[in-house]
Amino acid sequence: MNTASPLQIFLDACLINNFVLAMFLGICPFLGVSDKTDKAVRMGAAVTFVMLVSSICAFGIHKALVAINAPYLHLISYIVVIASAVQLVEMFIKKFSPALFRALGIFLPLITTNCAILGVALFQTNRQYDFFQSLSFAIGAGAGFTLALLFMSGLRERLELADVSSVVKGAALTLMIAGVLSMAFMGFAGMGK
Amino acid sequence: MADNKATTAKKPPPTMDVFLKGLWKENPVFVMLLGMCPVLAVTNSVTNAIAMGLASTFVLFMSSTIVSLVRSFIPKQVRIASFILIIATFVTVVEYLIQAISIDLHKALGAFISLIVVNCMILGRSEAFASKNNVGKSMLDALGMGFGFTIACFSLGLVREVLGAGTIAGFQVLPDSFEPWSVMVLPGGAFFVLGGWLLLFNWLDERKKAKAL
Repeated sequence: MNTASPLQIFLDACLINNFVLAMFLGICPFLGVSDKTDKAVRMGAAVTFVMLVSSICAFGIHKALVAINAPYLHLISYIVVIASAVQLVEMFIKKFSPALFRALGIFLPLITTNCAILGVALFQTNRQYDFFQSLSFAIGAGAGFTLALLFMSGLRERLELADVSSVVKGAALTLMIAGVLSMAFMGFAGMGK
Repeated sequence: MADNKATTAKKPPPTMDVFLKGLWKENPVFVMLLGMCPVLAVTNSVTNAIAMGLASTFVLFMSSTIVSLVRSFIPKQVRIASFILIIATFVTVVEYLIQAISIDLHKALGAFISLIVVNCMILGRSEAFASKNNVGKSMLDALGMGFGFTIACFSLGLVREVLGAGTIAGFQVLPDSFEPWSVMVLPGGAFFVLGGWLLLFNWLDERKKAKAL
């Protein structure tokens, strides 16, 4: 059993081991939808919500699978739960904010293949978090993802105006900035120990 | 090395083209920017990088084959869910396989083996290629893409291990006087190295375009 306090887990998932910048989970949307700040925030919120739902479900599934002694079904059942949760969020956003639905485009269904979400489910199982620890882990991971996306989109909005050589423009530049951001987040290492 | 591959890819027969495009012209990592998470996460050494590349290639190959075999039986509405289930099955197989072969490797790759499920390259190829083409072509495409992915992992792992630890797959290649760049094995290094490779390819591309004019 893991004895870390929920606050510790939250800080760890959000800052120290930031999902995007230290663990490399959820890089695709990080590079794909981080061009505008408001889009980034909403994407972050959607991802956080899916994380929370799938974390709760994964906790229940893990208990059930341990009870029937079928650990090889973990991966398959987690991914099914995530896919359904994403479908739910997709329908919700489509109904309440068609504009956002169009803005997120292909990246909305792609949340299914966002490794950050499956990562939350897998890590909480590996580390044997209890229910409240799992919740704070999911919220921390979501907050960390949103934070990284927000920083990145802020930087990229400024870069639009910068005059850079065409060779550097695009993904290469974005990755270099991500590297710098990641080094900045390394400053949190050692905190909370 | 990079230039060689471009020239050999120029005049292949049509079926070989399906295989070769994954290696260079449509390299999943460097050109299409798919499956970045494992590429960045486990490439701190050459061994890990190659293991991850081969594991992903296996999953991609098997799932593309199966998807292509059953493509006419799957209703359109549930195709993504079905593809993911097929992929998840093979990832579970790979996970147990790696655990059986080497516990150390299993520990080093950790959760990233399970995370092959959500490698967008694999779902992307199932959706974009295997679900529309016959089995033979899909297998070739999967192999090409898989090897392209492995090459990308390898090229990142190589740079990071040589500069970060002065070794290649555990063997020392740089003299003792070389001070390892510890940033290379840290998360930031992965972004820099991948950014650097993309920069190089952009530059080669621009130069080729400039020559053609």
